[in-house]
Amino acid sequence: MQTEMDMPTLTPQQILRKRKAGEPLLPGELEQVHRHTIAVLLENTIGALIRVVNLFSARGFNLESVTVGETDDPTVSRMTIVTTGNDRIIGQVLRQLDRLIDTLHVEDLTGGSFVERELCLLKVRYTNETRAAIMDTAEIFRGKVVDITPNTMTFELTGPTSKIEAFIKLMQPHGILEVARSGRVAMRRSSGSWLTHEDPILNLSSER
Amino acid sequence: MRTDTIPLVRSARPVLSPESEPVAASAEPVTGAEIFVRALEAEGVEVVFGHPGGAVIHIYDEIARLKPRFQHILVRHEQGGTHMAEGYAKATGRVGTVLVTSGPGATNTITGIADAYMDSIPIVVFTGQVPTKLIGNDAFQETDTIGITRSITKHSFLVRDVRDLAWTIKAAYHIARTGRPGPVVVDLPKDVLLAKAPFAYPEEVHLRGYRLPGPPDPERIREAAELIAASRRPLLYVGGGTINANAADLLTQLARKARIPVTTTLHGLGAFPEDDPLSLGMLGMHGTWYANQAVQHADLIIAVGARFDDRVTGRVDSWAPYAKVIHIDIDPSCISKNVPVDCAIVGDVREVLEQLLPLVEPKDTKEWLAKIEYWRNECPLTYEKGDGKLRAQYVIERIRARTGGHAVVVTDVGQHQMWTAQYFRFLHPRTHITSGGLGTMGFGLPAAIGAAFGLRGRSDWPVVCISGDGGFVMNAQELGVAAAHRLPIKVAIINNNFLGMVRQWQELFHENRFSHTDLSDTNPDFVKLAEAFHCVGLRATRPEEVDAVLDEAWKVNDRPVVIDFQVVKEELVFPMVPAGASTSEMITKRLTPNAFV
Repeated sequence: MQTEMDMPTLTPQQILRKRKAGEPLLPGELEQVHRHTIAVLLENTIGALIRVVNLFSARGFNLESVTVGETDDPTVSRMTIVTTGNDRIIGQVLRQLDRLIDTLHVEDLTGGSFVERELCLLKVRYTNETRAAIMDTAEIFRGKVVDITPNTMTFELTGPTSKIEAFIKLMQPHGILEVARSGRVAMRRSSGSWLTHEDPILNLSSER
Repeated sequence: MRTDTIPLVRSARPVLSPESEPVAASAEPVTGAEIFVRALEAEGVEVVFGHPGGAVIHIYDEIARLKPRFQHILVRHEQGGTHMAEGYAKATGRVGTVLVTSGPGATNTITGIADAYMDSIPIVVFTGQVPTKLIGNDAFQETDTIGITRSITKHSFLVRDVRDLAWTIKAAYHIARTGRPGPVVVDLPKDVLLAKAPFAYPEEVHLRGYRLPGPPDPERIREAAELIAASRRPLLYVGGGTINANAADLLTQLARKARIPVTTTLHGLGAFPEDDPLSLGMLGMHGTWYANQAVQHADLIIAVGARFDDRVTGRVDSWAPYAKVIHIDIDPSCISKNVPVDCAIVGDVREVLEQLLPLVEPKDTKEWLAKIEYWRNECPLTYEKGDGKLRAQYVIERIRARTGGHAVVVTDVGQHQMWTAQYFRFLHPRTHITSGGLGTMGFGLPAAIGAAFGLRGRSDWPVVCISGDGGFVMNAQELGVAAAHRLPIKVAIINNNFLGMVRQWQELFHENRFSHTDLSDTNPDFVKLAEAFHCVGLRATRPEEVDAVLDEAWKVNDRPVVIDFQVVKEELVFPMVPAGASTSEMITKRLTPNAFV
């Protein structure tokens, strides 16, 4: 139980700053950490990719998932980054990403409506007794058999991370041999391509 | 995904604007080494600080053959070269240039590159590299320079095709100079320097991923003016960004017009004349008591080109507890990084101040300034005098008196650096050069040499290097460079035969356990060392000798002078906010008994 004595004396300004940063006000209060999905367009080179990943380790940001692949323009690749942090940290992640010269566009998808998908390949053991049950479960998850041997089956499954994780959990009792997950890719739902408005603080004009 | 080993496809190259005619060109194919030399000429480079080696030997050959318009300065150690480029850049506002070979040549520049990155100094470092075919083979003098420097550069390039060389050099200077300045590394494989291509140096490059701040948002500027008008206890907190933007004059006008007191960071020194009654000197860990008191009581802090470094804020959540914060900065990633701000204006500091100035009305801050005067008298900057012992503060005050503040002062890192910041009372921008963010011992002497090269033909103000005995030795070899070019720099070594700042922490926080900070057994005879490098060596051990020694030093105009000021070792830098403590918790005098007294 918090007593008034334990509470730190904060000025209105200090309270405001902590609110802005999403930092806890009182001892014991949980930090407001959120998961953010960020899409990044960058130069399609290994060097550019390393720069982005390096930024996360050099600045101590969390990196839950990262995927990368070429876009319709072969000189541009697209990364989907899933990271966590309070508002101050997420703001830093976005602006530091934007500061890299190899990044062409940075967009925080979280907060808007977006599609997020993951691909999973899962190899599981089966017997004649478990085969039907496994196939039933896979059917419910719309999993596709992509390889089969006399005692193993490999499924291909796409969906949100929660679906993938639920499927893995259900397969566990049967004896999973291997799991390969792609990490998440994401895209904003809407007719447009990229958001035209940017972080108001950034006030950046592209040299493009 | 394409790997870097495949040459870049055309569309990945920066687009040259169609009307942009090359500023220099030759249709005949020439070697990469010649393109390099001609590109630097076209870029208007004045000085290259470099050291030759196998991977760049062809560039050195072209320098001998073409006799380019820039001067090449042979440095004695590549780290010294990078600090010279930094000193040159800080003194002139131009981009500094470094040229080194592969492997050890490149790794020796790391400290200087990191230093330039932390302090936003525009330098371009050209590193040799083994031929592209050998990259990755652990070839002789091979290092992954791009990999090693990735997190300490604003950007870096590995040139794999001689046809990319000219625009890459243009892009490197463009990136180093614009926005928030910083170091750029260009790695040059030997075969690229030997291959031939026609030379065309573009007037400008457009990099599609390089975004610079547009004009500042007028709405935010109005908001800032309103916050200033509504404040009762405003304080300007001024950093090096103000000097980088050449905005010291506007900042001074703003402060004087609105009667707002000014405190500066270490790199902000010189942005506002310290003889003005509105000046509170430096803030932070070794800032003045009155500046830090003003921070803790202000109701509005106007941060101009500053980044809320931990040496400024101390424990960040108790910093400036009553203040709303306006932050003017060119780098959006600095906004709300350490302290969430109430009004952020991203843009060139000069542009922002130009627009803010007419919106700010003269304010009545008499009561606030009177309060600050009270703090100033309560705990002024002071040290013990009259006991016949020589102290660093006195030496610095006498150098200040001799120059009248019309000098470029370059310091190393440590106690002498803080005393210089406290006691020199800077008047002009670009007259204080130091290693702030990285705190690089060994920075002072080479940076002073670089500054002296930069000032040639621009200013007749003397370059004074104030160093410690520990830091001076770290790059003492560069004295040879200063002597060879007959640079009349004055080097004042504040010699307490100790690593003074570490010693200070050991005394204050580690119960006088002076672990490996005593240099009395290993220090050289600095006078003899100076003489061995064809410099003049002088010495002072008592306060009454200081002026005479300075007289003698200032008479020398054709070579460097090194003065060994043997000062007391027990002196501590006060006031002080212990690391990680709140700005309110300043130590203003020695609390523990001194082991040496």
